[in-house]
Amino acid sequence: MEQVIELRVNGQIYEIEIKPWRTLIEVLRDQVGLTGTKKSCDEGHCGACTVMVDGQAVNSCLMLAIEAQGKDVVTIEGLSKGDHLHPIQEAFVTHGAVQCGFCTPGMIMATKAFLDHHPNPSEEEIKKALAGHLCRCTGYAQIIEAVRAAADKMRST
Amino acid sequence: MFRSLPRFEYLAPKTVKECIALLSQYGQKANVIAGGTDLIPQMKWGEKKPDYIISLSQIPNLDEIQFSSPTGLKLGALAKIGEIESSEIIRKHYPILAQAASVLGSVEIRNRGTAGGNLCNAAPSADMAPSLLVLGARVVIVSQNGEKIIPLEDFFVGPGKTILSNHEFLVRLEVPPMKPNSFGEYIKMGIRKTMDIAVVGVAALITLDHGNNTCEEARLGLGAVAPTPIRAKQAEGVLKGKTLNEEIIGLAAEAASNEASPLTDIRASDRYRRYVIRALTRRAIQQALHKIKP
Repeated sequence: MEQVIELRVNGQIYEIEIKPWRTLIEVLRDQVGLTGTKKSCDEGHCGACTVMVDGQAVNSCLMLAIEAQGKDVVTIEGLSKGDHLHPIQEAFVTHGAVQCGFCTPGMIMATKAFLDHHPNPSEEEIKKALAGHLCRCTGYAQIIEAVRAAADKMRST
Repeated sequence: MFRSLPRFEYLAPKTVKECIALLSQYGQKANVIAGGTDLIPQMKWGEKKPDYIISLSQIPNLDEIQFSSPTGLKLGALAKIGEIESSEIIRKHYPILAQAASVLGSVEIRNRGTAGGNLCNAAPSADMAPSLLVLGARVVIVSQNGEKIIPLEDFFVGPGKTILSNHEFLVRLEVPPMKPNSFGEYIKMGIRKTMDIAVVGVAALITLDHGNNTCEEARLGLGAVAPTPIRAKQAEGVLKGKTLNEEIIGLAAEAASNEASPLTDIRASDRYRRYVIRALTRRAIQQALHKIKP
């Protein structure tokens, strides 16, 4: 029942033997070894598992790994370049938008997918973009500020 | 909730014909998968345990969004909710559909979930249903016996149940063009502002006469307040041929509330839902009327 598939994650090709019932998040964490993506509700409500697939934010807990074949997957590990944080990551750190950090990779990947298409968003648009994300720590205000700051930084560079 | 999916064999037919053959072969033991945003959680909860998953993802052209006059819209079953939300064709010719799509789930869900899946999952609260009902949508179903087209009104049978047998699948929706001088609004009320199942969903489609004075036709769709999404036909009759003042709209709202059969559940009581139906029906009609172009 196992099948060998090719997954493109953060620009790298991985040849993996998978079982068809494995979700994308399980394969990313357990087989590709990228544990930055977090499993939280595992039902598509909380957004912690969000990754980018072909440039769009998706819940990786709801996608079969086998259906990610031929697609471009980007995880949180794909944002930073060595020691250099992406402006979104930088903004989250400096704005106090990270406490326990569990929701953070999902928040950041959703933000990246969003800002790539909406470089100058209003506060309402930011809230709508992150509506599928829950945070138990911060109360969201610093997260929204961080997204705004990241948008400003990304527009000026 | 860290439950693994139950084991299954994954099949990805490349054509509609191949898919039909697989369904005929495995029917009872198979589930079709589109975006998976309903099926995957249901499998995790143990609600569905198919031995075979038949993915529609490799069949070309199932996600098309095409419009032509006078036929109207052909909406492929695999068109994503997010694509419907942002489609120029939908925004121009069926803005109420784009509105309904925009309140479904979250960005992440809209990037995977499909209109076909939303309807086939057949939750009484299905967000795409009330708007498609008021637009007079039809579903196109294929099987070994060919294609059959039925009104969406006849598609839903009960909570989570459609008329689809396990040898058939929904391949696209067809929606006639909106009549000229028509205005629509979909309002979803949930406990949270977003990312929640509707407590009540109301779609209103009002067609006015040339002078914008009287209502030529009204259609009202209700979600989450009956075993299936429904049209509130008596309420529609209250509005037809009348000038839509506050009194008439109030009578229609009352009628709509009486046509529904809401339950008391974890989200709301039946009494509260009836109250909300009245309020949302009024509001949806009024907001549709605000869209009148001078």
